[in-house]
Amino acid sequence: MNALEISNLKKTYASGVEALKGISLSVEEGDFYALLGPNGAGKSTTIGIVSSLVTKSDGNVSIFGTDIDQDFAEAKRKLGVVAQEMNFSPFEKVLDIVVTQSGFYGIPKKVALARAEEVLHKLGLWEKKDLQSRTLSGGLKRRLMIAKSLIHQPRLLILDEPTAGVDIELRRGMWDFIRELNKNGTTVILTTHYLEEAEQLCKNIAIIDKGLIVENTSMKDLLKKLDMQTFILDLETNLDTLPAFDGYIVNQIDPSTLRVALNRDQSLNAFFENLSKLNIQVKSLRNEANRLEELFLQIIKNDHEQ
Amino acid sequence: MSNRTREILWSLRTLTEREIRRYLRIWVQTLVPPAVTMSLYFVIFGSLIGPRIGSMNGFDYIQFMIPGLIMMSVITNSYSNVVSSFFGVKFQRSIEELLVSPMPAFIILLGFIIGGVSRGILVGIVVYLVSLFFYPDFTIHNLPLTLGVLVLTAILFSLMGFINAIFADTFDDISVVPTFVLTPLIYLGGVFYSISILPEIWQKVSLINPMLYVVNTFREGMLGVSDIDVTSALLMQLFFIIILTASCLYLLKTGKGTRQ
Ligand SMILES: Nc1ncnc2c1ncn2[C@@H]1O[C@H](COP(=O)(O)OP(=O)(O)OP(=O)(O)O)[C@@H](O)[C@H]1O
Ligand SMILES: [Mg+2]
Repeated sequence: MNALEISNLKKTYASGVEALKGISLSVEEGDFYALLGPNGAGKSTTIGIVSSLVTKSDGNVSIFGTDIDQDFAEAKRKLGVVAQEMNFSPFEKVLDIVVTQSGFYGIPKKVALARAEEVLHKLGLWEKKDLQSRTLSGGLKRRLMIAKSLIHQPRLLILDEPTAGVDIELRRGMWDFIRELNKNGTTVILTTHYLEEAEQLCKNIAIIDKGLIVENTSMKDLLKKLDMQTFILDLETNLDTLPAFDGYIVNQIDPSTLRVALNRDQSLNAFFENLSKLNIQVKSLRNEANRLEELFLQIIKNDHEQ
Repeated sequence: MSNRTREILWSLRTLTEREIRRYLRIWVQTLVPPAVTMSLYFVIFGSLIGPRIGSMNGFDYIQFMIPGLIMMSVITNSYSNVVSSFFGVKFQRSIEELLVSPMPAFIILLGFIIGGVSRGILVGIVVYLVSLFFYPDFTIHNLPLTLGVLVLTAILFSLMGFINAIFADTFDDISVVPTFVLTPLIYLGGVFYSISILPEIWQKVSLINPMLYVVNTFREGMLGVSDIDVTSALLMQLFFIIILTASCLYLLKTGKGTRQ
């Protein structure tokens, strides 16, 4: 059974914005799934519909086989959502927020307290349990959102940019935490702008742009598709003119900087031999951008050209 | 009891407790002001000016005023509790905590209404106790009717506050109705006078003011006098409670003001 099944989902907001133009995707139970896309692509809209914060215009959604039109309450019991924007009272205390949320799921206080203690400990929030939530730092607020979403032990957890604005160290801690959840059987879907994050964590990926799915595949296959890598070379001396490099795509950014794109069959070594022959000394070398980023831009660009 | 029922009851309890805790925690803003304001009314209109007015419908003026002032407090407090609490959770987005949970719409509504009703009744009792301080001889004419009207009124205006909050997008939107609609209607709704003292034309106009019915049924309960027919007024309150409840549920289900 699929953890999440979305078919032909459409959303037009009251303002007339067509945020989703008919997207379909399925996420298998146990999957670690990434939903990627530029700002305004429709990621949060999709998550909003699945969690009942946004009404859909058309299409179907089911969570572990429960159609949200048939029995939304039952679907919601299996779903945990970490929203993109903070959604707790700034004046309530951390522990109260988590226990109240579990109360809304109908979980009695005794059970709720035990679970809250466990999850707050794991997320490093237990010492802060008596603080008003507004006094937490941004990263800890995010973790409070995660704690809140887990209190009813959902089988499917959806995180909408959980690590936005979180520093490297906290982010890695969160990754470990989420990875462990996934290992213990929770299906995880996350959206992110940090492509490295998707690459590190996720097994499968969908790329969404302008309300449509433009790519839906496994992370492995996606990375294989990546055939170009771009490097930036800082040179020891200025080059007045750009020499010809047969078979290589090279351009000059400024007199002492070259940009070279290599495809999968070309080795960096061979290119360096060419440079030596021309007596060009390289001071330093760096990858132009995250590889996934490039691919991402490429896919979206292709999509726009079609 | 089935698991589902237990789950629903627990979620109702959680929401209700939170609503009640909210206004009790800020009791200086919620429970004290009505006591202070009403004391001033009793001093100025009851003790100082009242004796010069003489009697109204056969009662001392202060005695006549007591049911009106209690109703006024119940109405404004029930209304403002629900409108500010529900608008608050919308504004802070913590409404999402309710929406993502399996709580049915009617339980969410019920939780907020119980919050508003309990505050209205609590404030009503506070004002009654204050009035006893100024007029110790006060006796309630018909207790069941008094309590019945108290509860119905608190429910009715809690529901109105809920609808106001649903449609509100800004803080202005939640103060416009209380300031420009509720307060004038209350002042003109027979809190301070019997409409029999008005010229005939204004008596007729007063009859379209819904507050008149609320205040007068309550006065019938407390004193045994009323400007209007009590049975039909009660039925009307019930009718509006049903209509407003249905509207709230419809608005919640369709997501007006709560879902995008
Ligand atoms: N409440 C709303 N009313 C009107 N339009 C909206 C609303 N929410 C989102 N939109 C629009 O719908 C489109 C999709 O927005 P959405 O928030 O789903 O994008 P996203 O992929 O989550 O973007 P981001 O990465 O910036 O979070 C955008 O054009 C956005 O402006
Ligand atoms: Mg988003």
